Amino acid sequence: MKYVLMFVETEQYAAELEAMAPDDRDRAYALVGRWMDEHADKIREHRKLMPAHTATTVRLDRATPVVTDGPFVEGKEVVSGFVEVDVADLDEALGMARSWPGCPTVEIRPLES
Amino acid sequence: MTDPARDELARAVREHAGRLAAVLVRLIGDFATAEDLVQDAVLTALQRWPVEGVPDRPDAWLFTVARNRGLDLLRREGNHRAKLAQLQWPVRTEPDDRLRLIVTCCHPALPRAAQVALTLRVVCGLTTAQIARAFLVPESTVAQRITRAKRKIADAAIPYRLPADEDLTSRIGEVRTVIYLLLNEGYLATADHAHSHRLVEDAAWLAALLHELVPDDPETAGLLALVRLHRARTGARFTSEGRIVVLADQDRSQWDQTAIAEATALLARAAGRRAPGPYQLQAAIVACHAEAADWASTDWEQIVLLYDMLLHLAPSPVVRLHRGIALRYTKGPRAALAEVDTIADDLEGHHLLHATRAELLRALGDARAAEAADERALALTANPAERTLLQERLHWT
Repeated sequence: MKYVLMFVETEQYAAELEAMAPDDRDRAYALVGRWMDEHADKIREHRKLMPAHTATTVRLDRATPVVTDGPFVEGKEVVSGFVEVDVADLDEALGMARSWPGCPTVEIRPLES
Repeated sequence: MTDPARDELARAVREHAGRLAAVLVRLIGDFATAEDLVQDAVLTALQRWPVEGVPDRPDAWLFTVARNRGLDLLRREGNHRAKLAQLQWPVRTEPDDRLRLIVTCCHPALPRAAQVALTLRVVCGLTTAQIARAFLVPESTVAQRITRAKRKIADAAIPYRLPADEDLTSRIGEVRTVIYLLLNEGYLATADHAHSHRLVEDAAWLAALLHELVPDDPETAGLLALVRLHRARTGARFTSEGRIVVLADQDRSQWDQTAIAEATALLARAAGRRAPGPYQLQAAIVACHAEAADWASTDWEQIVLLYDMLLHLAPSPVVRLHRGIALRYTKGPRAALAEVDTIADDLEGHHLLHATRAELLRALGDARAAEAADERALALTANPAERTLLQERLHWT
């Protein structure tokens, strides 16, 4: 069963990361790197997105497409990256998400087969 | 149908439907299909047993109906049908089957309301209509919750297996939460609201089942003791007109002393494992009341101490409110009011906060503020028995 784990960042988390001393930030990244290594056999792909200020949204539900600056949900939480995993079931995906050492929220979605 | 006959029927269904569901899910390997078959069999039983009587072997009867119905329904789904066709009575049950079933129904990836509905339907064999009546919500709402939950189980691949030990502990915690919700929901029912009354029975039955499945778990034993201690006082909690009798005024000779003794013994055994938790502490608090010969001899010092421990383990404004109520009898109404007022903002929408403040203000001689608090409490409760209680208090004063 394939799932995408979407990593969701909050403004507060991004600010905390920003404010960290370089050594601490390196340590935080190293934890994420170790998590990736530990689960390497289940991870099919992993991507980090550029920050939310680079996002552009196109809305097609009106007469002409409307292009706006920013992510599609206006809020304090934005998707900052994702991994695609291949695991037995939701419990295994949940186990991975529970041990994620990065941003404070992870959404798990099954991929359509 | 008479009440005893209806209870007998409910018992027979509850005892066997969940077992059958557990077996069928394992054998067919598809939660939703197995669940549908059991629900069909239950509905058939509810139509026929009142007329024909409960069969000698209700389990075999339900099995046969579910199997035949399945062979009929699944004509186009060869895979499931083949597995079902091989099934013969008596089917072998594995001890873990029911635990697996119950932790699947209470999977944390399902919304709480769906966990409750699924558990009642799949594990206790309640029909969608019965669940809807118990919670005073439209049948379509319950049906939708169950359909969505089953779809999520299938689409998101929520597994039907026992989690590893370290996860099993938290999954059993989810089950306890569901049982506790049923207890709470059923607890305030009035005597004439027979369906809610059954929810306490369902909670008691589920707690006993869970305790049987994980006998060494002290919190599950604590929950079972808690349910049984509440149930032991049922007869004294309402007047014949369905009005609430407050604890201080209850006729304690109507309490079931045998049940109280059994529950406190169960609790003492759990406490022997030296792993205290919120359910054991809550049960211990109820036990303090249950063991007091009368209101005046209640051991309030002990109760405040237990609330302190509970606040330490599971801090919440509601626990602090209850500690405040107990504090009145050890330190007096002024100290109690000061405690209660610390959480007034958190519990602004909670009727018990205002009802408690009203009592304390009245004890302190501030009749006007007490009346305002009572009115606020009245506006906030939907439970008919509680409304009556609060209304009466408004009229007395």
